[in-house]
Amino acid sequence: MRYMLLLHHPEELRHAPGSPEFLAGVERFNAFHAELARRDIAWDGFPLQPSPTATSVRVRDGETVVSDGPFAELKEQLGGYYVIDLPDLDAAIEIAAMVPWAAEGTVEIRPLASLDAPELVSPQT
Amino acid sequence: MSDAAAHAALEQLMRDDRARIIASIVRTTRDLDLAEDALADALAAAATGWPRTGIPEEPAAWVLTVARRRAIDRLRRRTRDDRSDAALAELERTPSAPPADGTLPDERLELLFACCHPALALDARIALTLRAVARLTTPEIAAAFLTSETAMAQRLVRATRRLADSGIPIEVPSPEQLPERLDGVLGVIYLVFNEGYAASGDAPRVRVDLCDDAIRLGRLLSVLLPDEPEVLGLTALMLFHDARRATRVDADGLAVLLEDQDRARWDRARIAEADGLLERALLVGRRGPYLVQACIAALHASAPSAEDTDWAQIVALYGALLELRPSPVGELARAGAVGMRDGPDAGLQAVDAVRARHPDHDPGRVAAVRADLLRRGGRTDEAMAAYETAIARLPAEAERAFLRARLGELADQ
Repeated sequence: MRYMLLLHHPEELRHAPGSPEFLAGVERFNAFHAELARRDIAWDGFPLQPSPTATSVRVRDGETVVSDGPFAELKEQLGGYYVIDLPDLDAAIEIAAMVPWAAEGTVEIRPLASLDAPELVSPQT
Repeated sequence: MSDAAAHAALEQLMRDDRARIIASIVRTTRDLDLAEDALADALAAAATGWPRTGIPEEPAAWVLTVARRRAIDRLRRRTRDDRSDAALAELERTPSAPPADGTLPDERLELLFACCHPALALDARIALTLRAVARLTTPEIAAAFLTSETAMAQRLVRATRRLADSGIPIEVPSPEQLPERLDGVLGVIYLVFNEGYAASGDAPRVRVDLCDDAIRLGRLLSVLLPDEPEVLGLTALMLFHDARRATRVDADGLAVLLEDQDRARWDRARIAEADGLLERALLVGRRGPYLVQACIAALHASAPSAEDTDWAQIVALYGALLELRPSPVGELARAGAVGMRDGPDAGLQAVDAVRARHPDHDPGRVAAVRADLLRRGGRTDEAMAAYETAIARLPAEAERAFLRARLGELADQ
């Protein structure tokens, strides 16, 4: 099954790019990706810019309303995602628990509604 | 072949093999509704066909084969979507006929683990387990949990969909995951039992059956996982408790304390069955909380009276239980046992120590334990005050009525 892992994460724990903490975080994600590669698990995914960069759009009565900020002001904000191909929910739980941010925030597992999505290709780097 | 003979064969099949057939189809399709519909189709075919053709040599295998075929038909008729395509492919890939010796595949354990998966809400786990594994109907489950049939049906539909849509595996967990997941399954079974047990004083007609269902699930699990001490321990524990069912409430619906129960009316067959399970569990050599509680219950079951109970051993077992699973409830039970071993004053000291550690824990329960110890110690005024607190705080009517009766006795002295 194809699952999306939504990484909800407290933004105060995100560090400025280039800082030692940031680099340590990158290391942890690299190790996680290496583990996925070792297990031959195909995945796709990206980190997101923090929520102050978010723009929310609603169309009501034909009118487009644009507002500054994320969909909801929460302590944990969507900070990145993975799409991952796994046999079942237990496998997804196991992988979600390995995401570095799972120790600081919440990883939400959602099955994709369609199996027709294009094949996942493991990044080579 | 008479209709009656075919009917009898089908009834027996529903009793003995239904869960296995359902489990087998769910395992392949991940779709409980489909499995139940397909089984209903197959049973209808048997009911019309068997009187003419005779009962097949292996009736259960026949029904499973037909049910699988009907599941394929139903999937083909459905609006195509990814999920039914996947289920169809799986059904067509796996062998259509059971092995030649007619033995049914037994996938009930896989189904039980799926129904009790931690990704499901607890009430959904209970409802699914009762329907899919314990073979209860939706109206029966609704009656057992005092909800409307509509609400229970919706709960089941949601849970069934979640099972399929989230990809909850219909598998026995890996050895690393097994202890934790098994604990979850045992928790569901014990909850079902306690639901029936707690209610047996209030509404015996509708709810006591849950005890039987929980015990049946425990027995099934004891067969499927014969070397898991906690499985055997829980099943023994439920049997020990249930052996006392007839003596727990008197003719007026009042709770009867363990010490006042008519031990001659305890169900000796259940106690013997529980003793046998306990013996097997102890041979494995690992102990867990259910097994320790079963040992405590076994000591009560074998004691000729409350006084002639091995309270020293019971205090020690509560100590072992608290090491495995610390809880104020366990500490309070241990304090009560200390009161039986060393006398009421020692018991009160132990209760006060529990109270000091957990000031907010269940004041009604604490008051009831204190009231009994104070009464035994002859401290009537303090006992009466404690009974009043307990009556005001405890929720179960049978128990409150009992405490009022005790209070009345003290007031008459």
